[in-house]
Amino acid sequence: MVIYGIALLGICTLIGLMLGALLGSLFGIDANVGGIGIAMFLLMFFSSSLNTRFKIGNISEKGITFWSMIYIPIVVAMAAKQNVIGALDGGLMALIAGIIVVAVSFIFIPIITNFKKR
Amino acid sequence: MDIFQEVLVNNNLITAFVFVGLTVYIAYFISHKFTEGRFHGSAIAIILALLFAYLAGLFTDGEKGVADIAILSGIGILGGSMLRDFAIVATAYGAKFSDLKSSGVAGVFSLFFGVILSFVLGAIVAVGFGYNDPVSISTIGAGTVTFVVGPVTGSALGASSDIIALSIAAGLVKSILVMTVTPIVAKQIGLDNPKSAMVFGGLMGTNSGVAAGLAAVDPKLVPYGAMTATFYTAVGCLIVPSLLFFLVGLFF
Repeated sequence: MVIYGIALLGICTLIGLMLGALLGSLFGIDANVGGIGIAMFLLMFFSSSLNTRFKIGNISEKGITFWSMIYIPIVVAMAAKQNVIGALDGGLMALIAGIIVVAVSFIFIPIITNFKKR
Repeated sequence: MDIFQEVLVNNNLITAFVFVGLTVYIAYFISHKFTEGRFHGSAIAIILALLFAYLAGLFTDGEKGVADIAILSGIGILGGSMLRDFAIVATAYGAKFSDLKSSGVAGVFSLFFGVILSFVLGAIVAVGFGYNDPVSISTIGAGTVTFVVGPVTGSALGASSDIIALSIAAGLVKSILVMTVTPIVAKQIGLDNPKSAMVFGGLMGTNSGVAAGLAAVDPKLVPYGAMTATFYTAVGCLIVPSLLFFLVGLFF
C-alpha cells in the first residue's frame, strides 16, 4: 500500500530530525545537526540491496518516489518564498561578500574533487 | 470576485500546486522555445520563482516572497522546510552507500574547508569595508557561511542588530547566487558525479542553494549534495562563534 512507503519515509525523516535536534542540544547550539543526513542514511539502509530481510513492495515504493519526484516543484515554491528584496537591500557589502564567497567556492570544487587522483 | 478569492485562500495549498505547476510549465516552454533545451527548465523555473518573490516583496513589503500574498500563502507550506526536508530525504531512495563511502573523506574535508573559507572571505570583505572590531567582522563572516550562522553568531557575540541584518543579507545573496549560478557553471566545475556533488554541498552549505542548484543540474545528485550540506550550518554554528571568533580576536 502506498501509505506504507510514505510512512516509512516519515519515520526516517522524524527519527533523523529528532537525533539531529538531540545532537544540537548536546553541542549547545540552536540548530539541527545533520538530521536530514541521518534520515537519508536510514532510508538508504531500508532500501539498499544489502538489506534482504526488509522488502519494500512495488506500490509502497511509489509513496517514496512520489516525494522524490515532487522535490523540484517544492524547490521552485521554496525559491518563490525567498526574501529577494532583503538580499538586494543589504547593500554593496553583502552583495560583494556573497559574490566573492560563491565564486571562490566554485573554483575549489574541482580542486577538492580531484585531490586524491594526483 | 471575493467568493472566488475565498476559495483560493481557503484551499491555499492546492492553489500553490497550481501556481508552481504553471510556473514550471512556462519555464519549460521558455527552455524549449528560446534555448532549445540548453538551459534547463528547472533552472528557469527557479529563476522565475525568485523573480516573482522579488516582485511580491516590492508589492507587499514582506519577507516571504509570494507567500505574503493571501491567495499564494500555500507557497509558504509547499516551499517550507517541512516538505522540503521530507522531499530531500526521499531523494536518498536509491542512492548508493558505495558512492557515499568512496567520496566520504572529500565530503567531510570540503565541509570544514567550506565553512572556514566562507568565513575568512566574508571577514576580509568586512575589513575591506572598514569594520575593525572582532564582533562585527566575525558576524559578517558568519553570514557568508549561511544566513542561519550569521544571526546565531551575532547574537552569541552581542553584535548590533544592523550588523546581524547585514550578515543575513550576505547569506541570502550567497544562497540565491548558488541557486542561479550552479546550473550555468556545472559543466566547467565537473559537477556531474556523486563525489563532486558531495564536495559542492560541503563547500556551499546553504541548504536551499544546494537543493535548488542540484535540482537544476541533475536530480540524481541531490542526495549526495544534501548529505554534506545538512551538516554545514551545524559545523558553522559550532566553530564560528568559538574557534574562528577567537582567531579573529588575535588579529584585531
